[in-house]
Amino acid sequence: MFTSVDDVSARLAETGYLASPAVATTVFLADRLGKPLLVEGPAGVGKTELAKAVAEVAGARLVRLQCYEGVDESRALYEWNHAKQLLRISAGRDETWDETRTDIFSEEFLLTRPLLTAIRGDEAKVLLIDETDKADVEVEGLLLEVLSDFQVTVPELGTITATRRPFVVLTSNASRELSEALRRRCLFLHIGFPDEELERRIVRLKVPELDEELARSVVRVVGALRAMDLRKVPSVAETVDWARTLLALGAGTLDETVVQATLGVLLKHQDDLLKASAKLDLDAL
Amino acid sequence: MTTPTGVAERLTSLVGALRAHGVRIGTGETVDAARAVEELGLADRELLREGLAATLLHAPGQRQVFDPVFDLYFPRGVGGPEQRPAGREDLRDRLADALAADDRALLGRLAIEAVDGFGGYGSAPESDGWSSYQALERLRPQTLMARVRDTVRGRGGSQGFTDRLLEDEIRRRIETFRALVAAEARRRVAERRGRDEIARRAVAPTADRVDFLFAGQDRLAELRRTVQPLARKLATRLAARRRRASRGAIDLRRTLRGSLSTGGVPMKPVLRRRRPARPELVLLCDVSGSVSGFSDFTMLLVQALHDQFSKVRVFAFVNRIDEVTGLLEHGSADPEGLGARIQAEAAVTGYHGSSDYGMALGEFAERYADAVGSRTTVFVLGDARTNRADPNLPAVRRIAERARRVYWLNPEQRSRWGTGDSVAPAYAELVEMHECRTARQLSALVARLLPV
Repeated sequence: MFTSVDDVSARLAETGYLASPAVATTVFLADRLGKPLLVEGPAGVGKTELAKAVAEVAGARLVRLQCYEGVDESRALYEWNHAKQLLRISAGRDETWDETRTDIFSEEFLLTRPLLTAIRGDEAKVLLIDETDKADVEVEGLLLEVLSDFQVTVPELGTITATRRPFVVLTSNASRELSEALRRRCLFLHIGFPDEELERRIVRLKVPELDEELARSVVRVVGALRAMDLRKVPSVAETVDWARTLLALGAGTLDETVVQATLGVLLKHQDDLLKASAKLDLDAL
Repeated sequence: MTTPTGVAERLTSLVGALRAHGVRIGTGETVDAARAVEELGLADRELLREGLAATLLHAPGQRQVFDPVFDLYFPRGVGGPEQRPAGREDLRDRLADALAADDRALLGRLAIEAVDGFGGYGSAPESDGWSSYQALERLRPQTLMARVRDTVRGRGGSQGFTDRLLEDEIRRRIETFRALVAAEARRRVAERRGRDEIARRAVAPTADRVDFLFAGQDRLAELRRTVQPLARKLATRLAARRRRASRGAIDLRRTLRGSLSTGGVPMKPVLRRRRPARPELVLLCDVSGSVSGFSDFTMLLVQALHDQFSKVRVFAFVNRIDEVTGLLEHGSADPEGLGARIQAEAAVTGYHGSSDYGMALGEFAERYADAVGSRTTVFVLGDARTNRADPNLPAVRRIAERARRVYWLNPEQRSRWGTGDSVAPAYAELVEMHECRTARQLSALVARLLPV
């Protein structure tokens, strides 16, 4: 899919995803070694976006499995279309039960869910398993089988093996510890906050109307906030939001009043707001 | 495999060093790492670093072990720089410029020069060593602060509002430089003494393996950051355990009653619903100076678990005991302030300032006997060092008889229990005592021991 690490960065950048060297290297390796990619990191640093960008670059279809507490095999893998099966049974007249039975458990009545969808067919696919940590432990077991051999066993149909391996991205916010076995199957990538220069480029890319100098100040203030001991530090998504807010307000430069008025875009807890105001010498709220 | 043999060997010893630091790496990952080396080539060191990290590591915390070990096995260069380093003032000038420009690559090169020029000690060429402490002491990068600040301001690089961020930014850059110098000195020493030994000794452990009792100030802040998500993790795990525990046994009576409508055939088994248990938790924390790091974390954890239990009562003691539950509830997640507040507002010391377990536990058994009942799990947190005072075993026995369970978490190494003034073995005979030295151990223990 890619020829070199630089190629990865360049082509991801075309889709509007600016990758750090770590991200580009890991994506390159995941493609070359054919291994799933486990991406961890704080919310809003672009974990899900990465999968979307890779799909766009590769011209692949994005298959997404959104995990949540209680997601199960029938949601992740496949289900039989019972209603249609019942219709088929009542429509069939002059045939033996054996014939009917083999018929209703055929492809036509199979509802493929994301994991099976990603494995079947010859087109290129990117499988995104989003927020893996939200799913129950049982689902992890299921993923183990799918991710190590890229095959799924449907009792009535037999084992379905991928003819073309999808590019797999798993994301996690680490709200639950994923099992060692699952981690072993994957390449591991931790996306942290970008360095100042990269973040400035991201802001400039997402909010092109923003003045260069103001973008620099925005990134510096966010950097200072991240260095404080806050309950929730601002993410890249919030930096971009803030840049948009400033643009909408028509603020040309940062000053106390503007920062004071818009700090809520960056910080989402009252204690954090108070702490940051004190540290930045803003007037008490 | 076309990986050069030298690299394969280096890779396996890198893996060995990482394993010695508790990073679990299987053979499969090592093979993947070799394939990564093959794909990426050796030309770009930073790409190689990322590639190896991606294949060998499994969790974010391992990165801070990995980076210094990687620097040892895949060094930036060998030996010193080509030209003789210039004088101290010249280096300081260039350092100030690099700090003002925030040029990472240049800082890296200057760190090498700094160690080369000022980090060496010893006279004989074969017995000398390299010290980052000495290099930094001579160079004093922290005193460049004002100068760098003026340079940046002079160039108009920081005006208006962002000007007030400048000092902190420069401070962080100086910190970066110090870290670079330390890494370079470590590499030099490693060349001389053999990498494997340095990798074993000189690399700091991950935060969750840091000994509570020996954690320094900066490590403490880091530890605190690892404990916070841990509390949340524990809470979800407990919730799941409770969910599972509520299903299970069949309620025979209700199943039979339900079967009446189907002619006595039990079509729908009814599961017995457990009466929601109201586990109560009592914590007795030694807050004397010797174990302060330990009690801070435990309290942070308890605070986070507050919602999970209908009743948590926390008592702090040095040689007298006092209830501090109220302080915990009002306090935000700020264990530093909490420790100070406990010392200031609660009566935890009597006539003297050193800990006395016998006195404190005896007072607890007397004054707060009603805090402990048949549903209560008691955790005692402390090192069981009584300063030669009477351990008051009957008081502990009395608490243990009333409570459902009593656990003692001891932040000292098991091998040191019973040495000196420690009466840990005596207490351990009465109640279950566990070694609990690191955040990792603490989380494992609390998850296992907490009542559902």
